[in-house]
Amino acid sequence: MSEQSKMAGRQSVIFQNPPCILGRSSVAGQKEGNGPLGSFFDYIEEDPYFGADTWEEAESNMQRKAAELALKNADCKPQDIRYLVAGDLLGQLIATSFGIMELKIPMFGIYGACSTMGEAMSLASMLVDGGFANRVLALTSSHFCGAEKQFRFPLQYGNQRPLAATWTVTGSGAVVIGKKPDNSEGSVLIKGVTTGKIVDFGVKDSMNMGACMAPAAADVIYRNLRDFDRSPSYYDKIITGDLGYIGQNILFDILKEKGYDISEQHMDCGIEIFNDETQDTHSGGSGCGCSAITLTGYILEKMYQKEWNRVLFVPTGALLSPVSFNEGDSVPGIAHAVILETEG
Amino acid sequence: MAEKVTMQEILSEEDPKKRNEKYNNYVDNVTPKHSWFVNLFWAFVIGGAICTLGQALINLYRYLGAGKEDAILYQIITLVALSVIFTGLNLYPKLAKAGGAGTVVPITGFANSVAATAIEFQQEGQVFGIGCKIFTIAGPVILYGIFSSWIVGFIYWIYTLYV
Amino acid sequence: MDYIKAFIIGGIICLLIQILMDQTKLLPGRIMVILICTGVVLSALGIYEPFSQWAGAGADVPLSGFGNSLFQGIKKAVDKDGFIGLFEGGFKSCAVGVSAALVFSYLASLVFQPKMKA
Repeated sequence: MSEQSKMAGRQSVIFQNPPCILGRSSVAGQKEGNGPLGSFFDYIEEDPYFGADTWEEAESNMQRKAAELALKNADCKPQDIRYLVAGDLLGQLIATSFGIMELKIPMFGIYGACSTMGEAMSLASMLVDGGFANRVLALTSSHFCGAEKQFRFPLQYGNQRPLAATWTVTGSGAVVIGKKPDNSEGSVLIKGVTTGKIVDFGVKDSMNMGACMAPAAADVIYRNLRDFDRSPSYYDKIITGDLGYIGQNILFDILKEKGYDISEQHMDCGIEIFNDETQDTHSGGSGCGCSAITLTGYILEKMYQKEWNRVLFVPTGALLSPVSFNEGDSVPGIAHAVILETEG
Repeated sequence: MAEKVTMQEILSEEDPKKRNEKYNNYVDNVTPKHSWFVNLFWAFVIGGAICTLGQALINLYRYLGAGKEDAILYQIITLVALSVIFTGLNLYPKLAKAGGAGTVVPITGFANSVAATAIEFQQEGQVFGIGCKIFTIAGPVILYGIFSSWIVGFIYWIYTLYV
Repeated sequence: MDYIKAFIIGGIICLLIQILMDQTKLLPGRIMVILICTGVVLSALGIYEPFSQWAGAGADVPLSGFGNSLFQGIKKAVDKDGFIGLFEGGFKSCAVGVSAALVFSYLASLVFQPKMKA
């Protein structure tokens, strides 16, 4: 087993012993529960506070719930998990720190903005395939109210949301990634990953995050197709995180220019998770939770039912902070691609 | 309106600055905008309505016997109180969604920005939460109001010395 | 008659600001600052006060009217107390609006909890 053989192309990894998704969970807020994917989520909480007093604590509770449900789904206990790879949107990852402290699992905290689920799953898979862990829990969350308070305005402040704006998803998704069991018939494996670069096309409008992130998503999808020398039709679905309607069109445009037409296969979690006409969410959903619960609730379900067998899951993130915004910086994007394939 | 830029032009641009400029133009073109007419209409109607309410309050207080100056002050207090209550009941954001500038421009918008921060940041405590953050949005208005009137007043003061 | 005037004048000011917001994507905080400074300057140029006398609440309720009363307050204080008036007039003239906003908002924070946007 040479070390080199796990590298593919310039930015990708191909796993020698593809890790398997052993358990999954999706915890969603009421608005998400009322959306088109509502019936797919494991748990829908009516109370936006999730029984807590603050939005931050609410998100922590949500994350803890998602972790517990994923462990239950994988039929294991916290001590069976070697590492936890997790993050969220709040400053210094406080939702994660306070949410999963009690699980007492060695942990890596990560920040990938809304691409966190892709980053967490990439790292978790590497840990497993590298032989550093038998089971790793990858999870993330976002909460509309906490994100709004931190990145935008107080909730009761009256402002007009532009049509390009997205709605932060209240939700937390978790997966247990581990060594492939002996009987892996029908399970979903992580075959490889492509880690994205930070791509900045100089857009400063934080209310148009789809446009900020589309170049990064295009870059990582292009890299994935090149590194593995595949055409888009290899995948049944190429699924981005939260580009929304505007970002989706830009993504098609960029990739067409680079010689790939993915409009057949493409789906965006942000577009799927809400019904813009009835839920007034404008360009779609966003946030770490958006791609996370769409994956754990909807995408994996479709894969277990063999409707889709090969999926490229590409959560997208906008790397901004209230400080960088105030200081007039642009909003760079990042995206991480994870190759999911069904077994048997 | 920005000229139409094709993706080919953007991706083939070598200079990152020019590329970003072209991309921003392109994004402007593909981003849908709120209906221009609908936005202006509601800004006009809701803004006009809040001012009319102000006028009605002034007339009411004058009718109740207040002087002209006092009637205006009572009117301000009433509008601010109404706006704070509407904010607390989560109604002001709904009004603002349609009204846009119509709810930002009147004094009720100022009151909304104070009340919304006070309510939101109570979670972070009395002093560092409400105390500091109550001015997050309204603070600049007070600072620049006081400062600009001081500057202009200073010029006026010099003028009074020579006239 | 004064109701129609208030409605039309107030409405037009809001409409103009809406155009500015849509064209420039300026955030509401900046818009409020621009309005108040514009009010101060127009007042100093001797334009806003006569306009406000004529238009009534249509000119007073918008934040530009707040700017107007700031300068009028400073002017009155300078006329009365000279230099020291520069440091008195501003806060005096905005005292009612700001105090009302602070007091009521604090009380509101005791009563209301932050709510999910509908």
